[in-house]
Amino acid sequence: MPTFVRTDKCDGCKGRDKTACMYICPHDLMKLDKDGSDTGHAMKAWNQEPEQCWECYACVKVCPHQAIECRHYADIVPLGASVQPLRGTDSIMWTIKFRNGNMKRFKFPIRTTPEGSADPRAGISDFDKSKLEAPDYLFNDDLHACDMSQFGQG
Amino acid sequence: MAGYEFGNPEVVEEELDVLIIGGGMAACGAAVEIMRWSEGLDLKIKLVDKAAMDRSGAVAQGLSAINTYMGDNDPADYVRMVRTDLMGIIREDLVYDVGRHVDGSVHLFEHWGLPIWKRPGDEDKPLTGGGKPVRSGKWQIMINGESYKWIVAEAAKKSLGTENIQEHVFIVKLVNDKNDPSRVAGAVGFSVREDKVYIYKFKCCLLVCGGAVNVFRPRSVGEGQGRAWYPVWNAGSTYAMALEAGAEGTMLENRFVPARFKDGYGPVGAWFLLFKAKSMNANGEDYQAKNAHLLKEHNYGTYAQGHSMGTCLRNHLMMEELRNGEGPIIMDTPSALAKLAETMTPKEIKHLEAEAWEDFLDMTIGQCGIWAGENIEPDKEVSELMPTEPYLLGSHAGCAGLWVSGPTDIPGVPEDWSWGYRGMTTITGLFTAGDGVGASGHKFSSGSFTEGRLAAKSMVKFALDNKDWQPELEDSVEDLLEEIYRPVRNFLERKDYTTAIDVNPHYVTPRMLQFRLQKIMDEYVAGVSTMYQTNAKYLEIAERKLGMLKEDSLKTRAKDLHELLRAWENYHRIIAAEAHMKHIQFREETRYPGYYYRADYRDLDDENWRVFVNSTYDRKTKQWSLRKVPYVQLIKD
Repeated sequence: MPTFVRTDKCDGCKGRDKTACMYICPHDLMKLDKDGSDTGHAMKAWNQEPEQCWECYACVKVCPHQAIECRHYADIVPLGASVQPLRGTDSIMWTIKFRNGNMKRFKFPIRTTPEGSADPRAGISDFDKSKLEAPDYLFNDDLHACDMSQFGQG
Repeated sequence: MAGYEFGNPEVVEEELDVLIIGGGMAACGAAVEIMRWSEGLDLKIKLVDKAAMDRSGAVAQGLSAINTYMGDNDPADYVRMVRTDLMGIIREDLVYDVGRHVDGSVHLFEHWGLPIWKRPGDEDKPLTGGGKPVRSGKWQIMINGESYKWIVAEAAKKSLGTENIQEHVFIVKLVNDKNDPSRVAGAVGFSVREDKVYIYKFKCCLLVCGGAVNVFRPRSVGEGQGRAWYPVWNAGSTYAMALEAGAEGTMLENRFVPARFKDGYGPVGAWFLLFKAKSMNANGEDYQAKNAHLLKEHNYGTYAQGHSMGTCLRNHLMMEELRNGEGPIIMDTPSALAKLAETMTPKEIKHLEAEAWEDFLDMTIGQCGIWAGENIEPDKEVSELMPTEPYLLGSHAGCAGLWVSGPTDIPGVPEDWSWGYRGMTTITGLFTAGDGVGASGHKFSSGSFTEGRLAAKSMVKFALDNKDWQPELEDSVEDLLEEIYRPVRNFLERKDYTTAIDVNPHYVTPRMLQFRLQKIMDEYVAGVSTMYQTNAKYLEIAERKLGMLKEDSLKTRAKDLHELLRAWENYHRIIAAEAHMKHIQFREETRYPGYYYRADYRDLDDENWRVFVNSTYDRKTKQWSLRKVPYVQLIKD
């Protein structure tokens, strides 16, 4: 479908301020079926336009209940495989199950700093504000060396 | 008064100094840079994204490499590489500007927490501390990039403040100034969550909504049409909105046709460059060597230097095999990994296998799904490669986009390449970056972010220079509302005419409109079904069909807000597609063999066509004007 939501695990993010998958999907595919009129499953999310799914896994990774998985493109891929992540704050673990039952597991780092710590002001409290019109200057003052003899008219 | 409901939206009007339209890498670069320069200036700045910034734009899924990092290279060599790759026609001032600034952006990413691979012994050293990155090519560095966009968006959001960010609002149209049609004064869009229409007025805006995907019929047309190589949500909005506002486009005939792992479109860069894998035809022949003589024909090899040749030329050599029935093209992954393993310990081999999988898991998970489903383990089984359907973009190995003002301090630049504000289009107050900037490819994620920063800085200057100027929209709020919500009205007024909701003579679904566009572009404008070939006659038919399609786009229906989003995305695709077609029609040569062929003008013709092709569109008369602009070489050969 590509991504699909398991009825036994999704709780519609009840008690949260927003439905995680619906918030994060870059293509507006995930939708909370509040009254069950779309799917027969009230207060559960669903992928409303599976042929537009990039399989980017944004919804899979963000779901607080691991309720979202991927059944890969049915017009391309034989059935029976799965690729499932578990994303933490500093690493991600992947479990790959092949159609023939073979399994592979990988773990990769995803960031080196605590979540929420990225700050464009950190370490650069002051810079040369008189250079607003200088084309060779950005606020972190980190221009690459330039060999101007490479220019025809340099 | 009754509450707002579907078809009767609330209108929210807001006046700003600067509006950033989009939330991808370029928008995040702008967000980070603009707040530093506007500290204490009391400028009202807002960012509007049709999705959520943590996972929007082309880097939403993550990336396994940063493809533009100078390191020990000189930016002039970067310009030479881009010039070779894009067949001799680029804006060297713009490319150089990205090159000299881009490392500073990558250093910020690492500081914020993006893991960048280092060579043995340098693991704990940051790039700024002399740490040597693992290169997968002269310009590429490897990263653990699953959270690349997440981290960059975190910094951008912190910079702007959440109160200045509006997510899940899709801007669909720029509005010119009432008193000066060569100036932009506002933008309109709608919420994809609530019955609300947003009308912004501003002094200037940055339009950064990515390239154009699914303009052409894709090779996979079922569920797999979602597995586009570039993100399926890139709907040509940058090009369409800017062109409709009167901004000049450039090199919109250019496109990108990536040769990738078949169907999943997983990246091949690391396999070729890092793992040294080889590709071959059905007979096991090295088709690049076998077909090297083709570069001597039609002047195609003019810009090739040995193994260094344009991406389109590599495609050209591959397509020769496909045209002659010598496919499939096979990537020999087992031999490459076996050769690397010869000198490795078992632990190192295991690490190598993980690296190979991470290359996909970081940025094209769907490819892993295909491998798992087809029982392909790359150390045991080979895989197929295939050139994809065409994409329009300005940041990868392509250079479609808008004509923008360049930096003022580059020697030898023609005077009319710079009109005072870096990144501004020919429409006053309308800036762009990333995929929006034409004739300057190979920026990738880091360069797009950098261009956003450069534009942001000049937008602060622009806002200060225009402090007393008051924007006035050329259209009334009523007219704008009528236009934006037309697809909803089409549906509500006509839905009960038939019993089947999708079959109705009074409207067309966004999905069918898209299929019609894709069929026209595929069959007449050099899509996959003609092996990327077209000619004047095909284009004449395409022009006629696209004209009717544009007329029918007024009859698109939207049965809910989700379909309203799709209706406008597909309108943008049509305008972007028409621009692409008009440019191909104008350029009477084959500049990019392997991307597309003008079968009636097979030669690469430097004498007449080593020029930029620029276009403007008049949204009132619906007419295009095209012109040649001289190419000027700045960096010596």
